[in-house]
Amino acid sequence: MSKKRWVQGLVLVVLVALGIYAYQTRQVSHAGESITAVGSTALQPLVEAAGEQYTGEHLGTFINVQGGGTGTGLSQIQEGAVQVGNSDLFAAEQKGIRAKELVDHRVAVVGITPIVNKKVGVKNLSTHQLIQVFTGRVTNWRQVGGANLPIVLINRAQGSGTRATFEQFGLEKHRSKTSQEQDSSGMVRSIVATTPGAISYVAFSYVDQTVQDLSLNHVAPTEDNVTTNRWKIWSYEHLYTKGQPTGLTKAFIAYVQSPAVQNTLVRQLGYLSPNQMMVERNATGQITQTEGN
Amino acid sequence: MKTTEQLEAKLKRRSKAAKLEIWGRLVSLTALMLIVAVVVAIIGFVASKGIATFTSNHVSLWDFLSGKSWNPGVNGANGKPEVGALPMIVGSFLITILSAIVATPFAIGTAVFMNEISPNKGAKILQPVTELLVGIPSVVYGFIGLSVVVPTTRAIFGGSGFGILSGTCVLFVMILPTVTSMSADALRAVPRYYREASLALGATQWQTIYKVVLRAATPGLMTAVVFGMARAFGEALAVQMVIGNAALMPNSLVSPSSTLTSVLTTGIGNTVMGSLQNNALWSLALVLLFMSLVFNLIIRLIGRKGRLQ
Repeated sequence: MSKKRWVQGLVLVVLVALGIYAYQTRQVSHAGESITAVGSTALQPLVEAAGEQYTGEHLGTFINVQGGGTGTGLSQIQEGAVQVGNSDLFAAEQKGIRAKELVDHRVAVVGITPIVNKKVGVKNLSTHQLIQVFTGRVTNWRQVGGANLPIVLINRAQGSGTRATFEQFGLEKHRSKTSQEQDSSGMVRSIVATTPGAISYVAFSYVDQTVQDLSLNHVAPTEDNVTTNRWKIWSYEHLYTKGQPTGLTKAFIAYVQSPAVQNTLVRQLGYLSPNQMMVERNATGQITQTEGN
Repeated sequence: MKTTEQLEAKLKRRSKAAKLEIWGRLVSLTALMLIVAVVVAIIGFVASKGIATFTSNHVSLWDFLSGKSWNPGVNGANGKPEVGALPMIVGSFLITILSAIVATPFAIGTAVFMNEISPNKGAKILQPVTELLVGIPSVVYGFIGLSVVVPTTRAIFGGSGFGILSGTCVLFVMILPTVTSMSADALRAVPRYYREASLALGATQWQTIYKVVLRAATPGLMTAVVFGMARAFGEALAVQMVIGNAALMPNSLVSPSSTLTSVLTTGIGNTVMGSLQNNALWSLALVLLFMSLVFNLIIRLIGRKGRLQ
């Protein structure tokens, strides 16, 4: 009997100890020194890297970064479940979001370019041709001056920020024909690289030797062209907060927007800094010139 | 006097064994209640979310089940959101049935070899191999499918390679071990004297296998196949990687199409809780849940029939 009791007692003690430990750590991490940022996978690498740098410089703080998609980020921040919502889109563009409650902090600009399989033999399309390709009015690359290959459309998932941006500014608000959908840019690139006749679209940072990026109306997809809005397919990357940020959230967002991050991390990871832009765009897509720097 | 009172008290007290009995019951009952609560909570949650499409977004159930256009973000020609789930439902069923059709002969053949023809080799080689196949994570199957099956399909049958055919190939390998090991169990359950009687009557081994053993094990084998189908129906990741995820009615086995699970996994991160797009995905999840319930019922039904024989 005594042995059994002893084991039971031990189990109980361990359980209680774990409980106390969990409670303690909960208290510590709740003391305003930890924030969570959730949302866009396109923005995730930047926030993660910035978070690591920040916590390295400010010991005792903790910045937890999770993916989940733009929709998740915006709905979580709207419910107040997290401190920061990462988004590829203006909150006003996402259905079901009360944009007025959220405060927008633009931390980066991302350019998006159409990419095709290398065997297609096309390096430039007009916007009209691009729309024809994506709406299915043209079905063979021969019709737009390429090889005799059927066109294979590959889209990002519905509601993806990259797709929304591409359809709005690349296809001039035309909806793409229903076609294959993939849920990440890496997957899109590898499928375009291996599928003859494939066309899709990714952020500049995903373009590599395995795929061919396209010029549109003889404007090349370069960062310089994005800053002047000659290349129209780009979007801001947003950190959203519910109401004005305070405490660590405020400090972290200020850190991400500071020149220290904007001139190093943002560029290294293949984004553009909003400070580089010579134009500004609002939620409805209107462009205004700014001085830039 | 005092001793009798003490004795009485001692006798009336619960013995240690009785306490243990109560304690044991309490523990197992709590465990059961917890599991039941979790199941009920999941079903309740999925159902409440899934039904919202029809109650708060006013989509008709018929439009949902028979519509061919899936585009919850925009309104269709009739001014209602396009939430036709038929392409996904058809895709799911096609891929499930096809992979079961392909896997069944292989699974039963392997099980027969393992149990009847060469039990020794079966136990030594085949058993561990099937168990290994069960343990491979589905993302690995998906990755192999993407880098081997899809290009092969494209080279042989044309198209982009993504589609039901590639999905079937991947699922076939995935459900094979499940069906095989369950078929082997079914064969093992056939009493030894069936075989002995058959052999004593002069039947050859093969005659015994297909006229006696397989017939006697039919309910068990059916259960194995339905179980495999249930797994194929619910598999998400591997299928999603090779099927192409186009919400289109499959017009051939090599045209990109989609399943309920693949649309769920690609879409859920891009929608906002409470919006129509999100509710529509929950409705798909409800269909999935309902179908797994149906598969379970079928397994039950077959099991009961098997017992009556």
